[in-house]
This record gives sequence, structure tokens and C-alpha cells, in this order.
Amino acid sequence: MTGFVLRRIGFYVVITVVLAFFAVPMLWLASAPFDARPGLGIRWPDWTLSNVRTTFEHPFALTSLVNSLILCAAATVVTTVLAALAAYSLSRVRIPGRDVLLYLLLLLSSVVTGTAAMVPIFVLMLQLGLINSQLGTALVIGGGMLPAAIFILKDFMDSVPRSYEESARVFGARPRQVLGHVVLPVARPGIATIVVWAFVNAWGNFLLPFLLLRDVGKQPAAVLLRTLNDEGGSANLHVIPVFSLLYSIPVVLLYLMVSKRYGFRFHGGIKS
Amino acid sequence: MAAIDIAGVSTVYPNGVRAVDDLDLAVADGELFALLGPSGCGKTTLLRTIAGLEQASAGTVGIGALDVTRLPPGDRRVAMVFQDYALFPHMTVAENIAYPLRVRRASKAAQRDAAERMSGDLSLTGLLDRRPGQLSGGQQQRTALARAVAADADVLLLDEPLSNLDARLRLEARTFLKRLQRELALTTVFVTHDQAEALALADRIAVMDAGRIRQLGTPREVFQRPADMFVANFIGSTPMNLLPGTVVDGQVEFAGTRLPASGVPGEVTVGIRPEYLRIAPDGVLSGRVSIVENLGVTSLVTLDCGVPVGVVVPEHEEPAVGDELRVSPAPGRVLLYGEDGRLR
Repeated sequence: MTGFVLRRIGFYVVITVVLAFFAVPMLWLASAPFDARPGLGIRWPDWTLSNVRTTFEHPFALTSLVNSLILCAAATVVTTVLAALAAYSLSRVRIPGRDVLLYLLLLLSSVVTGTAAMVPIFVLMLQLGLINSQLGTALVIGGGMLPAAIFILKDFMDSVPRSYEESARVFGARPRQVLGHVVLPVARPGIATIVVWAFVNAWGNFLLPFLLLRDVGKQPAAVLLRTLNDEGGSANLHVIPVFSLLYSIPVVLLYLMVSKRYGFRFHGGIKS
Repeated sequence: MAAIDIAGVSTVYPNGVRAVDDLDLAVADGELFALLGPSGCGKTTLLRTIAGLEQASAGTVGIGALDVTRLPPGDRRVAMVFQDYALFPHMTVAENIAYPLRVRRASKAAQRDAAERMSGDLSLTGLLDRRPGQLSGGQQQRTALARAVAADADVLLLDEPLSNLDARLRLEARTFLKRLQRELALTTVFVTHDQAEALALADRIAVMDAGRIRQLGTPREVFQRPADMFVANFIGSTPMNLLPGTVVDGQVEFAGTRLPASGVPGEVTVGIRPEYLRIAPDGVLSGRVSIVENLGVTSLVTLDCGVPVGVVVPEHEEPAVGDELRVSPAPGRVLLYGEDGRLR
């Protein structure tokens, strides 16, 4: 009996610690932006909006958020369009060694991450004259996400019955019409999954924009966050909390939008 | 409206499987034609070859006056209903029906018009704004038919049109399909593995096996005089009696009896449908009843005449197990198959 009670107590203690681990940063994000004397701990704030004003007056804060939006939108479009086309082709055309190719691509892309490929990517972009180019950076980010996106989307494409396409073809639909009228609409939940996944990944990507965008006026929020220091060189706690809050909003909005429209089903990669 | 003319067509899959093998077939204008056979006999491949979804490796496919062998499916003026109906789940019933018109860039008004006209003809009124997922099996099938008819094609191809319906609905849909085809007078080819369905629906049947046609004929011909033992086995809801026999001196000996028969002496297989045997006091075949299976208005009785012989008897004549019974074949209904399995 006491053994049981002790086990229960132990269980709840562990759960509480784990929960606190996730809850504290959230609470900080909710309180620190509106605290007159923000710190790194959480406490009941002395309510004020002056931090918001300070952040809005920061020369690069809002620009960097706009940069983030541009960068992520471009990377997401690149990833989604190319992945959809590639996944469709790979799902329909029989080429020898297709599955090996797919797994190899996925494996290599997760082993050779941005960090490992940092130097070659930098040299490549330098020689292409794409350093300091937002589009160039978006291409690199998109390229990095493509293998996984293709892999996930191919499963969605596989689940679109061939008879749908054949039916459309018999009625005279050209390949472009088959894709636009039938395949893409039917695979829409999968594409929505990829859009959210790609956007969130690009939004949080620090390394590549840090490496490829030297001009602070072009850097996205994820990079700028690191440079938000006060005159003394320590973290500027009047700007960082509000900035962090603003930084997290687009991802939450996107998630809510897609979740409402499609009901979030992260079943890509798993055959149901 | 158009006839279909298939000459020397072979369809070979990339893995080397010869699904259709040097096949000739002519389907007349306005005919309701069945391709019947067990699974894997090549009937669906033949249908898909007519549709253009499979490329013929040899031979020519003609529809009307046109040689369509090398044409893509969309240019063949064919419409097809797939086994799973292939209704687009993201479109409403109306959008599905009007899809062939949308492909041809008809106006929205024309599309809606066609959908409404078709829904009237195929009893889908009031369902136009639903999605396929909200329809019953029968309604889905009629939507797929409506879409195929809306395509205004010369030839209608149906791949196992009734197999996804439950048994009772299948009978209704069968009658419906036959009436629709009569009204439209549209050349129609359908694929089925169900011999009863083929017999009930078709004007003519091609019984297929291993990529070739075993017999081509009207349902009556195919039922009464199967051209070989494969067809004899395949057609009929109760299996045909196939009894070993010998032809000697203008007579055939089998199951302990003799019947007059012409032809060269030798080993034969005697084929008699259980439906063509009837109880008679002076019957030539006699045996003890070993099994009685109730088929509703009739019963299938198995007689032990040295070899088992099936007899279909009406309900009021049903014998008990163990009874001695004499039966006679109906005149002209005894078929003799030679050693090659062909009808003699």
C-alpha cells in the first residue's frame, strides 16, 4: 500500500518537473514583455507597455520580422512547389532504384546538415554571387528541406488512387489538368502539412541566414535575436521579450489556420 | 455511336506478362457486350487497351471509322466507369458529372445544365451538391455512370460495374443499367467475372481465358452449347456435369448407361447441365440420392451413378436422401467434348 502511494507521489513529482520545464519559458514569454523591470526569471510583472514601444523603435526589429516573412515565404514556396512535382513524378513513374534513391536522399540530407555543409555552401553561394541575397538564402534553405518534403509528400501522392487520374485522362484531361484538377486537390492535406512544416523550419533556421546574409538590414528575426544587446553588451531585456513574442506569433497563426481548415494530421510518412 | 474493331491485338506488360494475346473482336454499334472470365484472364487489360490506358503491343484498335491504336485516351471518344467509380472526392456530384465538359472548357452554365439533365435521367436529383463520400454505393455508381454519359462519347466502357454493390442492389442496378443502355443505344463493353451478370445483361458475351477468347456468342449460345470444357465449367450457376464416356458403334457409354451418339469412336467427356436433366420413370440414368441442396424454387440433387451427377429438380419433386431416382436428359442437350476439350 505505501509502496503504491510512494510510486504515485514519485510519478507526480516527475510529471511536475517535466511540466515546469516546458511551462516556465511560456510563462516568461507571457509576463516579461509587459514587465517594467524584465529579468530572466518569472515573476508577477509591474504592468507596462514601454517595452513594446522600445521594441518598435529599435532600428532593425520590425525590418527583421518582415525579412523573416519574405525569406520563409520564398523558401516555403520553393520547397512546396518542387516537392509536390517531384513527389508526384516519383510516385507515378517507375524508375529502377527509386526507393533506394529516396532513402539515400533522406539519409544524406539528415546526416549532412547545414552545419556540416556550411563551408561548401558558403563557397558555392560566394561564387554564384548570392551572398547577401534573400532569394539565394531562401533557395538554400528550401533545398535543404526538399528531401524530407519529397519523402513525406510521396506517401500522400501514393495514396491518390491511380483510377482518379485515369478517369480524368479518359475524359480528355491533359497532364497539367490531371495535376491541377485531380491530383493536387486530393493531396491537399499533404501539401498543407508541407507548407506548415517548411514555414516553421525556415522560420527557426538560424545558421544559414546567419552565414549567408551579412547585411543586418536583410537578416531575419532568428538571426537578429542574437544581436539584441544593450550598450553594455549584455542582452537587452527590454526588447528581447517583446521581440520573442512577436517572433512566435506567425507560426502559431499558421498552425491555427491550417489546423482549422484541414484538421491537423501529421500522418505523412506513415501509411494509415 | 460507333462499332469497335479489334484486330490481332496483343498487350504485353513491361514485366513480360502477355495479358492479351493476338485477339480479334468486333463489337457492333449499339451492342451491350460482355467480357467474361476468371480473374487474370486479361479482360480488364483488353478493356483498358480499348480505352487507351494500356498501349497495344501489336494489332490495331478501331472505334467507328477511326484507327485509335496510337491515340491517347482523351482522343478516342470513349467514356469509362472504373471499378472503384473514381469519383473525385473533392468535387460535388454536379462537378463530378460535369467534369468531362470542364475539361473541354465548356461554360459554367453548360456544365450545370449537363449535371442537372444527367441527374434527372439517373435519379440523382437533389444530390447534386453532395460530395461522393456522402452517397450510397448505388448513388455513387449512378454518378459515375452519369459522368460517363455526360462525356457524350461513342463508346462506354464499364469495368466490373456491379461488383462494388451489395447483392440486392446489384440486381436493381443490373436492370437499371440495361434500361439505360437501351435508351442511349450506346455501344457498351463491360467486364465481369460473374457469369450470371454477363448472361443477364449482355447481347453478346466473349468468354476469355489466358488472354484469348474461348467462345463468342449470345448468352443463350454460350449457356446451351459451351464451345469447350473451360466455358462449360465457367458458365452456369450450378456446375455442368462433365462425365467420362466412350463412343462406340454410334452410341456413347457413360455413367452406366448408353445414349445414341454420332461421331468417331473414342474417349469423350459428356456434358449435361443439371438444369437439363429431369426426373422420369423411364429415365436412362439411375442412381441413389446422396445430397440435396436447396436453391429456393429448385433443389440441386446429387445422384450417385458410379460418378456423381447433379440434377436440378423443381421443389414439388424434391426426393429424400437415399431414394432411387431415374433421370433423363432433355433432347439435344447432351454435349460431347473430345479429348482436346473442344465440343465435338
